[in-house]
Amino acid sequence: MAKAFLVLDDGRIFEGNSWAATGRTFGEAVFQTGMTGYQETLTDPSYHRQVVVMTAPHIGNTGINTPDNESKKIWVAGFVVRNPSTISSNWRSEKELEVELIEQGVVGIQGIDTRALTRHLRDRGAMRVGIFSDLEISRDEMVIEVRKIDAMSGAYLSADVSTDKPYIVPAVGAKRYTVAAIDLGIKGATPRALAVRGVEVHVLPFNSSLEDIKSVRPDGVFLSNGPGDPATMDGVVDLVREILIEEIPIFGICFGHQILGRALGFDTYKLQFGHRGINQPVLDKKTGKVEITAHNHGFAIKAPIDGVFNTVFGSGEVTHVGLNDGVVEGLQLLERGAFSVQYHPEAAAGPHDAAYLFDRFIDLMVKYPRKGGSL
Amino acid sequence: MPRDLSIKSVLVIGSGPIVIGQACEFDYSGTQACRVLRAEGIRVILVNSNPATIMTDPEFADATYIEPITPEFIENIIAKERPDAVLATLGGQTALNAAIGLHKAGTLERYGTHLIGADVDAIERGENRELFRAIVEKIGGESAKSVICHTMEEVIAGAAVLHYPVVVRPSFTMGGLGSGIAFDEENLRQIAGAGLRYSPTSEVLLEESILGWKEFELEVMRDASDNVVIVCSIENIDPMGVHTGDSITVAPALTLTDVEFQKLRNLSIDIIREVGVATGGCNIQFAVNPDNGRIIVIEMNPRVSRSSALASKATGFPIAKIATKLAIGYTLDEIKNDITQVTPASFEPTLDYIVVKAPRFAFEKFADADPRLTTTMKSVGEAMAIGRSFPEALMKALRSLERKEAIFQFPVDISKIDKAALLQAMQIPTEYRLQQVQKAMWIGADIDEIFAATKIDRWFLHQIDLINIRAKELAQPGELSLQLLRSGKEMGFSDAQIATLRGLKEEDVRKARHHANIRPVYKTVDTCAAEFEAFTPYHYSSYEEETEVRARTKPAVIILGSGPNRIGQGIEFDYSCVHASFTLREAGFETIMINCNPETVSTDYDTSDRLYFEPLTLEDVLEVVHAETLAGPLLGVITQLGGQTPLGLAAGLKAAGVNILGTSPEAINLAEERGAFGQVLMEQALTAPEFGMAASQMEALDIAARIGYPVLVRPSFVLGGRGMEIVYDDVALSSFISRATDITPDHPVLVDRFLDSAIEIDVDALYDGNELFLGGVMEHIEEAGIHSGDSACVLPAATITPAQQKAIREATLKIAQGVGVLGLINIQFAIAEDVLYVLEANPRASRTVPFVSKATGVPLAKAAARISVGSTIAELKSEGLLPNTLDGVAKGISVKEAVLPWNRFRRTDGRGVDAVLGPEMRSTGEVMGIAETFGESYAKSQISAFGPLPKAGTVFISLADKDKSSGIAPAKALLALGFNLLATGGTADFLALNGVLSHKVRKYSEGSGPMGERTIVELLNSGDVDLVINTPVGRGTRADGWAIRTAAVQRSIPCITTTAGFSAAVEGIKALQRGELSVSPIQEWLKR
Repeated sequence: MAKAFLVLDDGRIFEGNSWAATGRTFGEAVFQTGMTGYQETLTDPSYHRQVVVMTAPHIGNTGINTPDNESKKIWVAGFVVRNPSTISSNWRSEKELEVELIEQGVVGIQGIDTRALTRHLRDRGAMRVGIFSDLEISRDEMVIEVRKIDAMSGAYLSADVSTDKPYIVPAVGAKRYTVAAIDLGIKGATPRALAVRGVEVHVLPFNSSLEDIKSVRPDGVFLSNGPGDPATMDGVVDLVREILIEEIPIFGICFGHQILGRALGFDTYKLQFGHRGINQPVLDKKTGKVEITAHNHGFAIKAPIDGVFNTVFGSGEVTHVGLNDGVVEGLQLLERGAFSVQYHPEAAAGPHDAAYLFDRFIDLMVKYPRKGGSL
Repeated sequence: MPRDLSIKSVLVIGSGPIVIGQACEFDYSGTQACRVLRAEGIRVILVNSNPATIMTDPEFADATYIEPITPEFIENIIAKERPDAVLATLGGQTALNAAIGLHKAGTLERYGTHLIGADVDAIERGENRELFRAIVEKIGGESAKSVICHTMEEVIAGAAVLHYPVVVRPSFTMGGLGSGIAFDEENLRQIAGAGLRYSPTSEVLLEESILGWKEFELEVMRDASDNVVIVCSIENIDPMGVHTGDSITVAPALTLTDVEFQKLRNLSIDIIREVGVATGGCNIQFAVNPDNGRIIVIEMNPRVSRSSALASKATGFPIAKIATKLAIGYTLDEIKNDITQVTPASFEPTLDYIVVKAPRFAFEKFADADPRLTTTMKSVGEAMAIGRSFPEALMKALRSLERKEAIFQFPVDISKIDKAALLQAMQIPTEYRLQQVQKAMWIGADIDEIFAATKIDRWFLHQIDLINIRAKELAQPGELSLQLLRSGKEMGFSDAQIATLRGLKEEDVRKARHHANIRPVYKTVDTCAAEFEAFTPYHYSSYEEETEVRARTKPAVIILGSGPNRIGQGIEFDYSCVHASFTLREAGFETIMINCNPETVSTDYDTSDRLYFEPLTLEDVLEVVHAETLAGPLLGVITQLGGQTPLGLAAGLKAAGVNILGTSPEAINLAEERGAFGQVLMEQALTAPEFGMAASQMEALDIAARIGYPVLVRPSFVLGGRGMEIVYDDVALSSFISRATDITPDHPVLVDRFLDSAIEIDVDALYDGNELFLGGVMEHIEEAGIHSGDSACVLPAATITPAQQKAIREATLKIAQGVGVLGLINIQFAIAEDVLYVLEANPRASRTVPFVSKATGVPLAKAAARISVGSTIAELKSEGLLPNTLDGVAKGISVKEAVLPWNRFRRTDGRGVDAVLGPEMRSTGEVMGIAETFGESYAKSQISAFGPLPKAGTVFISLADKDKSSGIAPAKALLALGFNLLATGGTADFLALNGVLSHKVRKYSEGSGPMGERTIVELLNSGDVDLVINTPVGRGTRADGWAIRTAAVQRSIPCITTTAGFSAAVEGIKALQRGELSVSPIQEWLKR
């Protein structure tokens, strides 16, 4: 097996073996703690430009299958695992993981102490990283290469991941509502979750205008997940404010949540190492109940956890809080139909505890019917 | 929701003796429960008949009742204590059944108390198969097609609908007792017949076969706010058909995609809600069809289980502790995760390592038993191992079992290995199936062939293949490169395995490895895959880059645990290790525990300052010693408390320069090596039964001729009397030697004179090099010849004269001095014709230490640990750890009774194994009865061990000739007590001659009489006999005795096999008839 190196921008280097595609790749090093769902992680556009370290040691056991893809391609910039499986054993498997990664040109590394790497990232924060499995340069040169790349703070990535053209995901069964989904890096599971609730989903490019949105006569607007720094998203933030003025119900998740937060006037900040896993406890402040949720975020909203806050769109409140570290995990306006969560009710991968939020979105569309009546 | 302040006192129901299917995991969970409740200021009342538990230590509850766990006794306790609530979900099936009994008897209502955790309705919904099926259907899940049956006719009709093979599962039994797979009608009649009997409701379920499907278990917790979390997923490597307790299992599940896993998760959550487990843990089992993913819900346990203990150790999430907090009203988000100290318990642990659990069996103890693994659990213990990859964890788990057969072998000469035979053999699961798989692959079988034979998931087979490939690389001639050596260690190969592959000695591999600085690092079990900092040093080894062992300043002591439970080495040894840890922590040391048994209190992460979950082999222990030497000052290692396992490591550790605390390896050898020990006895003018050491069969026969029959024969260096037998003539001696030993000059066989009808005495004592403290002198109820572990015993000794007592003390002191004990010693004596014989001495904590400690209130193991680190008995007395008396004083009269697993084992023909006691230990656990009189105490011990003795009815008596005269008195007493006596011909005639009238019944071998008179076996089967007294005539006994005893065991009729036991039972029956069975907490006994 050929050697490979994982090089962090603070100079720490892990030596392992080349895996998947060979070559070099760069990105932000983040760790993912889910024990299942590597395929969903790989194909989640939110991981664009990130080198993902899997903390679960055996990856690839169940191979790759088409239905579990969350988008059309693998987005991670690099993939770090301890023990990749060389066979896949599952009745739905169509292909081995490494074959898929090679076909898509994803550079990986295996056989490193992923726990040591995770602890390093936890203590020092997510940072730039490179994987080198072409060994023409020295270790010092590798560090220099890593330090050349852009940091995730300030990264504007929506254009990379969003759809070029609108497309429709039809409702399952009778159509009850129309939702315009702004694609900031949307996962396939979200339109699916809406569709099974009788929603026809019009997935629109990230740079759509208010007119584009209104042209599909939506009962609600969905703001998707996606990669990048929410502070760079002024255009979409402005668009969301326009939608709020139009009083169309809004539901945002993850990146979409951060954008709604910004539209309401809050700032965002970068977390030390983010939340990436499928075991994160979130408290629903209203019911006092805890849901176990899937997370994938490196940024968060600064908003007052307790009490009611005021915005130009009326009062609002923080609805959900992450119990591990007190991060704002959900927002809602009290006088308008808009709410958002920082985590992933569509799961994929992860628990389905938060699926009720899609029902809440439907309720909102009932409560705030589209002006001018439905079709 | 904060805690329910109306609960000011709680009765915790324990699980009783260690039996197959219910072992020390319930001491672990019960101890956690007691600790949590006391920390909340709640008065804890505990009932548990098992003295070898930590939970029954007086300091863990306010009132500890070492009493039988039956509704009647518990009612007495409730009447006395008036607890606000009863917690029955942490004491296994025993506690749950007792709770249902209390409910049905109206006790709970009568005394205004209630169950917390799960109520009776939830228990019923979880355990009653019909109700549970309905629930599964309601939530949209699927159960295996099945039929509920209450009679054999219904069973036969049901099988016709479902088609063979069918699975039989009795309701309300634990550990799958009485269940099995029937392939034809004859098979079905046997299994379902037993199942109908074992089920307290005479109910069995017949089920479509899902043999060979993938098997998963999820551990689920729910709180009063309806928050539900999945603590752990466990995948069985052995697919459906092998009881999960007998399967090699792995955590987390490794062969499911997220989509499939979430289906299991959703089903689990819906089930716990629908069953209505209000708070606490439960486990749910699933089968998944490997071809299409069809999911079948198998069953749920609405309580903490063996798997919960495994899951707790595997994840660091203490299920029992948290279940207790939930039961008194807290919600998950209000409870902190101990390990991270900042995050809440309302989360799902995520693992960045692999856990493998492997079962340990005891088939060698039951020579006739059917070795096939089925849905009835047969293993007696388990080992768990943690690694950063599956191969590493698996290899560690296999060597943790301490059996050479369990460790993968890579023979050079494969010409004699028959692949077809292996493939054929592995179709039937047995103890070493995975080793057959590995061997077959080693000689070239491919994954598909193995899959076809075993249905073990291909992913696991592939991993085993990788192990074999690495072995081939390691065996390549030429220099062993450091890179290859390292890669072998990464895959979990031990130094010994690598040495064998390279034709080297283990020490040489180790030297080379250390020279190249290839050493393991220690990672931490932290519940969160390193997302948060861990504050609990719960470590496991791996060959990686970064270690997480923190530096320390306090001097540390390493305590070696006892490894997987086995017959002869179980919870009693863990008890002593835990005590050592507690007392040394108090005395200002840092304690470091090494053990690999997930069921135990010793492997709870907060029992010791540091926990290393590692195999107990020389290599693994030396590496921990090395890591801890780098971390700070290390005093040494305690090897005398964990039984034979650590004792066996002492010499090797010392040779490697490790300081052994307490009794030295040389002293251990003096006691264990018969020649040396004989020398000690001679110097001290003590008598031992004549004996000799034979290196060949001829020598053995010569020795027997010299010392006279009967003789006791056994291989040297054994625990639990393994391979031991009493033989009465040359033929039997020769047969034993060729059957049970591999006699060579290196493996000599001991031939001892056997003292017929002697009284056997067990002594546990402390010695500090100067002073002796005699903990207790126990008298066995059965005569010498029954293994001490299987014999009931009484403390204080009942028939020993003060002069004999004095002689015993003197002899104990001389042996302790002569051997050079520093800590605990256990000595077995026999008294025959007023001569005191020394049978054997073990310079270590014994099985009886917890019993003696409970009966006298003296913490012997704690004192031993302190002596090991330099304290004297005088100091411990002035400190108050030891009482200010010369020796230990028993409070009340305590009886210890052994519990035997006869009902778990069958022969291949489907009939039971012979239920007879002998010099080979077969018991899995023990109970204690304590009372003012011997009769009452004995009766309590019998009720705890076997169920109640009859107060009236019919007793069947059949005595061997040697026992006939000693049977007269008790038989007479029974008549006087109003019993009807039955006896076989010879016994009846003998009794009549001595004025005891009995009815003659036909032997089994005589068949039914001309007038249709039934044989004794028929009478037993029809339930017309209430007690059986049957003493056997040596091993391989006649079919009659065997038929009687097995019928009694299968009908759960008390069966006594010694005349001493017979006399004791009569005393017990007298006490029962007088209605004298009082209950009293141990704390009150100890105040005396």
